[in-house]
Amino acid sequence: MSYVTGVGLTPFGKHPGRTTLDLMSEAAALALADAQLERADVDGLLCAYSTTFPHLMLSTTFVEHFGLSPTYAHSILVGGATGFAMAMLAHTLVQSSVVRNVLVVAGENRLTAQSRDAAVQTLAQVGHAEYEVPLGATIPAYYALVASRYMHEHGTTEADLAELAVLMRRNAVTHPGAQFREAITVQDVLASKAIASPLKLLDCCPVSDGGVAFVVGREPTSGSRVRIRGAGQAHTHQYVTGAPSLTEFGAKASVERARESAGIALSDVRYAAIYDSFTITLTILLEEIELAPRGQAGKMARAGYFDRDGGLPLNTHGGLLSYGHCGAGGAMAHLVETQQQMTGRAGARQVKDASLALLHGDGGVLSSHVSLVMEAK
Amino acid sequence: MRPAPAVLDWTKGGEGIAFQNCSACSHRWYFRRDFCPRCGSGSPNELQASGLGTIHAATLVTRAPSEALRAHAPYLIVLVDADEGFRLMAHGAPQLGIGARVRCRFVSFGGTLIPFFDPA
Repeated sequence: MSYVTGVGLTPFGKHPGRTTLDLMSEAAALALADAQLERADVDGLLCAYSTTFPHLMLSTTFVEHFGLSPTYAHSILVGGATGFAMAMLAHTLVQSSVVRNVLVVAGENRLTAQSRDAAVQTLAQVGHAEYEVPLGATIPAYYALVASRYMHEHGTTEADLAELAVLMRRNAVTHPGAQFREAITVQDVLASKAIASPLKLLDCCPVSDGGVAFVVGREPTSGSRVRIRGAGQAHTHQYVTGAPSLTEFGAKASVERARESAGIALSDVRYAAIYDSFTITLTILLEEIELAPRGQAGKMARAGYFDRDGGLPLNTHGGLLSYGHCGAGGAMAHLVETQQQMTGRAGARQVKDASLALLHGDGGVLSSHVSLVMEAK
Repeated sequence: MRPAPAVLDWTKGGEGIAFQNCSACSHRWYFRRDFCPRCGSGSPNELQASGLGTIHAATLVTRAPSEALRAHAPYLIVLVDADEGFRLMAHGAPQLGIGARVRCRFVSFGGTLIPFFDPA
């Protein structure tokens, strides 16, 4: 068992002049204060990556910059799944008594450090350098290919996808740190700029600056009694061309492993934190995990099922789609929000019961999957 | 393993689609490697695809990744199930939809030769 003893989250959006290390440091300081720990208490450090600061040794760079002396430190990289992969590793390290307090931290000035084209081109490199990238493919295009097949097989409409963008925005409106806080309608999503059909601008998460951190510890050093109860992973491919299927991915297997390690049923889950890089990502993950029947995620969102006061509250901070996406930190904001909900600190966004949560992230093109089960004791 | 000189491969500038198969387990795949990703056998065969297939997925890309490619947008990116039993990414005629039977030719895109599928 491990505790998420503290969390730190900066607003997402534009942080002009702030570097990767600045944003990581800001989030790390917030998380340590929240965990009621000093730098000297940190004996484990897990970092991710930054596309704007592609250092070979980000973890030891942060050790020196922030002033730490851990007995265990390194970076890991599985794209969008990195945040939850770090949480799973931190949980494993703490459970196996390798370390007592692991600081997990990510941050990136992805929005203001570069042009939009540079961000699009860097991210497109998760595709195959010889067989895919020369075709002018982009991350939205890879996911749009998946969307075209998934919608063909399951009857999902563009309006169904749009419902999830509307829901994430409705949630973000109530979070002061969210990048986008103006309510939108299904019509706004459908009428937004074409990117890669069927995905329009508002089906896609933004590029953001931001920093996120949390501490995973063996003992509850703060008031938080939030625990990581189980975790699982599944990895099936890297490139969309090589995916075994465009309608079934590793999410189901990953969640089943997490559920089994936690000893819970899906029906026990009271709060969901699901990766939402695109509306199609969230749709597929919800349906493959079986939090919604095939073809029904958008319709259930429209009916209010995933609302703060609905049957299963989802990404109450606004998710990647509206809180924002700063790289590895993007999904970590889902975990921070889950911890805040479990400790009753979500303010206007507080749900009635977040006692057991399922978190799921994916990296690449639904390539790399990591799931977590968290509970409030 | 070296590709037989007769096999044309667009990723090496030739007007053709190359794929590989395994003598031991009959598995077929697209991304070249020097072993079978299913059974691990070495020395896979390099083969020439017919260029015929069926559209599995398609997206019209409006937002190109660079200034150089902006002039080409919008362009249709497709995943094609080749008749030989592997999947590849390519460009296609804008009207193509899932399930359409297609035939390949080669076009220049941003200075690179790429496969482009038309209705068969």
